[in-house]
Amino acid sequence: MIDWLISGDRPRSVALGAVLLGILFSLAFAPFLFPGVRALDTAATILIFIVLVASYDLLLGYSGIVSFAHTMFFGLGAYGVALASIHMGPGWDALIVGALAGALSATVLAYAIGLFSLRVRAIFFAMITLAVASAVAVLVSQLFQLTGGEDGLTYRIPRALTPANRVGELFGVRINGRILAYYLLFFSCTALFLLLLRIVNSPFGRVLQSIRENDFRSEAIGYRVVAYRTAATCLSAAMAALAGSLYAIWLRYVGPDTTLSFEIMIDVLLMVVIGGMGTMYGAVIGATIFVLAQNYLQNLMGAASDATSALPLIPDLINPDRWLLWLGVLFVLSVYFFPTGIVGRLRAGR
Amino acid sequence: MSDAPEHSPTFARVSLARRLDRAAPYLLVPVLVLLGYMAIGVPSSWLTLTVSGLAMGMMIFIMASGLTLVFGLMDIINFGHGAFISIGAFMGVSVLFWLPGWTQAASLPLNVAAISLAILAAMLLTGAVSWVFERVIVRPVYGSHLKQILITVGALIVLEELIVVVWGGEEIFLSRPEMLQGAITFADAALERYRILAVVVGLLIFAALRLVLQRTKIGLIVRAGVQNAEMVEALGYRLKLVFIGVFVAGSALAGLGGVMWALYEQVITAGMGEGMMILIFIVVIIGGLGSVEGAFIGALLVGLLQNYVAFLEPKLALVSNIALMTAILMWRPQGMMPVMKGH
Repeated sequence: MIDWLISGDRPRSVALGAVLLGILFSLAFAPFLFPGVRALDTAATILIFIVLVASYDLLLGYSGIVSFAHTMFFGLGAYGVALASIHMGPGWDALIVGALAGALSATVLAYAIGLFSLRVRAIFFAMITLAVASAVAVLVSQLFQLTGGEDGLTYRIPRALTPANRVGELFGVRINGRILAYYLLFFSCTALFLLLLRIVNSPFGRVLQSIRENDFRSEAIGYRVVAYRTAATCLSAAMAALAGSLYAIWLRYVGPDTTLSFEIMIDVLLMVVIGGMGTMYGAVIGATIFVLAQNYLQNLMGAASDATSALPLIPDLINPDRWLLWLGVLFVLSVYFFPTGIVGRLRAGR
Repeated sequence: MSDAPEHSPTFARVSLARRLDRAAPYLLVPVLVLLGYMAIGVPSSWLTLTVSGLAMGMMIFIMASGLTLVFGLMDIINFGHGAFISIGAFMGVSVLFWLPGWTQAASLPLNVAAISLAILAAMLLTGAVSWVFERVIVRPVYGSHLKQILITVGALIVLEELIVVVWGGEEIFLSRPEMLQGAITFADAALERYRILAVVVGLLIFAALRLVLQRTKIGLIVRAGVQNAEMVEALGYRLKLVFIGVFVAGSALAGLGGVMWALYEQVITAGMGEGMMILIFIVVIIGGLGSVEGAFIGALLVGLLQNYVAFLEPKLALVSNIALMTAILMWRPQGMMPVMKGH
């Protein structure tokens, strides 16, 4: 049963299995294990980023394609839900229509970009996605009548998912709509993740991996490399858009900073690399570690910066504003020394 | 044994269509200028827009030339190129701030001397940084595009953050030197002085690059290396050294472009290079990766189109570049002047 659920892709390492089970358990019972608004927010963010990072890994790790437009697709899904909720009024139908419209437009856009750039050279793709994503980000901030510009949009979602909906008490924790929303997220993200696991372990996924290893040879064997690469791009774009829709449901707000910014793209890249490229479990571990660090380590850096304020230069370097500097350093080092990421290390050390 | 088949070679003339096809990229710029004239209709505004489009294109070309050469020669795609633009801009602006007497004097030679010094300092610093960059960041990842992209993106972030550590995170505003402010009127059109200077500098750089690439021995080695690196190495040239030279020179040009762009925009931020990279990528893609001439034409097209469209329909200015790229890639999927690889 479990083997069927995870499509036969076992962790292949006791330590890795234990870590994954620990993460699953913590996320599944987060509202009861870690009470408090902030902890629940962190857990929800982890869930969404697991799907986002896993969908990116389908592209980067399994197909060997670098894209910088992943947050654009993420944003399309989020804005889809936001716009549908505003124009159709709050309701379940708005959420579904918005999510589907977002996923569909992401797929179409990914197909168009793929058609242009993947046809010639895979590296064109990285540059063209960067250009298109930045154009879309500027467009979103310019078309403020539609998108709310830099301020973003706030909207209402079905009342059942808001804190105002009180259900009762369980294990001493008040169950309200927020916790129901969390479980909606939890089950959706788990389903999406298992679907991605299914995709990469299918014959289709094997072909993607063979293209990553040697595209020339795959073509010679008879697989149409362009078609497979384009299909992978579209699939991963649709998945990212769905993750974006879930994020929009959770936040009840969308704006360029939370969904479209280049910084999120960098975060996603880092999560994939730290967790381990080319394995879906890497996405789980990368996203969990990274989101936790982002939410809690930055405070620690601030404290350390204050504590060392008497010394020259050091407080400047460990100022929380320098977070990105250390991320960059960590990123470069991990590409050099741990190209297989944490998962690769754990599997090798078994 | 049968006779050899009848064979009488004839020299076919190159047909007009083929000639046009080859010259088409060169013709695109005048065609675009003409189209702009027809769409705008007012000669004076057209002239103003054309000069500012050319100025913008020249500056983009200066920044893009290094990137495209590095790619052509060593098949390295450097996403960190934008950091050199920012570093150059910050260094150059610091120099200009140290020389208030020269920049505020109402004398063109002194002002140009100040800018030249700023450019020199910027090029020296970016050259030095890029030399370290090549050793530490790029060298370990030869041959793997995926890793190159990842690593240079990481390095871009680190360099940008280091700029913030050194120069602070706020935008820095600056004003152009005294004699380069304002505009001159020519045939009823207001032409900003600085833009004319930018066009001149850009043309000089392009001429110098062409001269070096076409007329000197080192240029010959570089061009041969772009076509077939293995063969050049087999002939006994140490292409690695040549490559480092090209990498440093290309990054120094990015620094030069950064100074020019800083004076053009009159404001600098650590993220400016990253923003420019998008235009630069569009330029090198439509020009054909590795081709200096292609990048030159691509840069002029992007600059002119952006200025014309911004005047005619401001909302479309943003998408105009993407539309241009799409159109050119539909016409020539490899870019306008792709570099033919000999292997």
